[in-house]
Amino acid sequence: MTSPLDDSLRFQQTALNLRANRQQVLASNIANADTPGYKARDMDFKSALQDALHGNTTGAPLQLARTDTSHLSGQATDSATSALLYRTETQSAVDGNTVNMDIERGQFAENTVQYEASLNFVTNFLKTMQNALSS
Amino acid sequence: MSLLNVLNIAGSALSAQSLRLNTTASNLANADSVVSSNGQAYRAKQVVFQAVPMGGPEAQGVQVSRVVEDTSPPRLQYDPKNALANADGYVSMPNVNVVEEMVNMISASRSYQNSVEMMNTAKTLMQKTLTIGQ
Repeated sequence: MTSPLDDSLRFQQTALNLRANRQQVLASNIANADTPGYKARDMDFKSALQDALHGNTTGAPLQLARTDTSHLSGQATDSATSALLYRTETQSAVDGNTVNMDIERGQFAENTVQYEASLNFVTNFLKTMQNALSS
Repeated sequence: MSLLNVLNIAGSALSAQSLRLNTTASNLANADSVVSSNGQAYRAKQVVFQAVPMGGPEAQGVQVSRVVEDTSPPRLQYDPKNALANADGYVSMPNVNVVEEMVNMISASRSYQNSVEMMNTAKTLMQKTLTIGQ
């Protein structure tokens, strides 16, 4: 059941989930700053959020149509994963690592602030609703 | 929850970096060890990092896949009075490069600090998430 209240919260909820996911990706980059051959990754947040909002990830992942029981049951990968891109290298390292710590730390801080902003939006929205109910 | 996984990733980085720091300490301490456990001069040891998936393909932690010994030849020091000197009067000293080890140490400690900061940020975010609706 979706109420108008649900719909209004869903956007922020999806954004928060994606931000948390991105935080994880950026954490992986920072953790692997010294791993030979590691390629830094990130997501295009705008398109990831649009995908998530338009139902491309909600519910069960896409499955292959099976017309026979012996067919393989293929399953589409989670679009949050497939939306991951590789970062463009600025300074190449001899060991093939593409993590640039300055960029990663910057993005990590940015993502943190954006996450907090979304949290504030949710909290304030709920406060508004409580005010409307109590007055 | 993805934010909890950030703690796991940072934790794996912390243990990997501390092992690297440990190896550096061992190398520096043994920079003058003419005899090691196998009877030969001590050889510098280096860790090899490897990315490991942690609870999902997008989350990559880090682990030490193996510890390798530096295969470069030992440093020969002329000291004919030493009991361990060879026929030409040279003693095989460890192949530890002290400058390299110091750089390695600083790099490891900076990476460690980064991971700690990452953990703190994730913790703050989680605490703030818990206050939704309050």
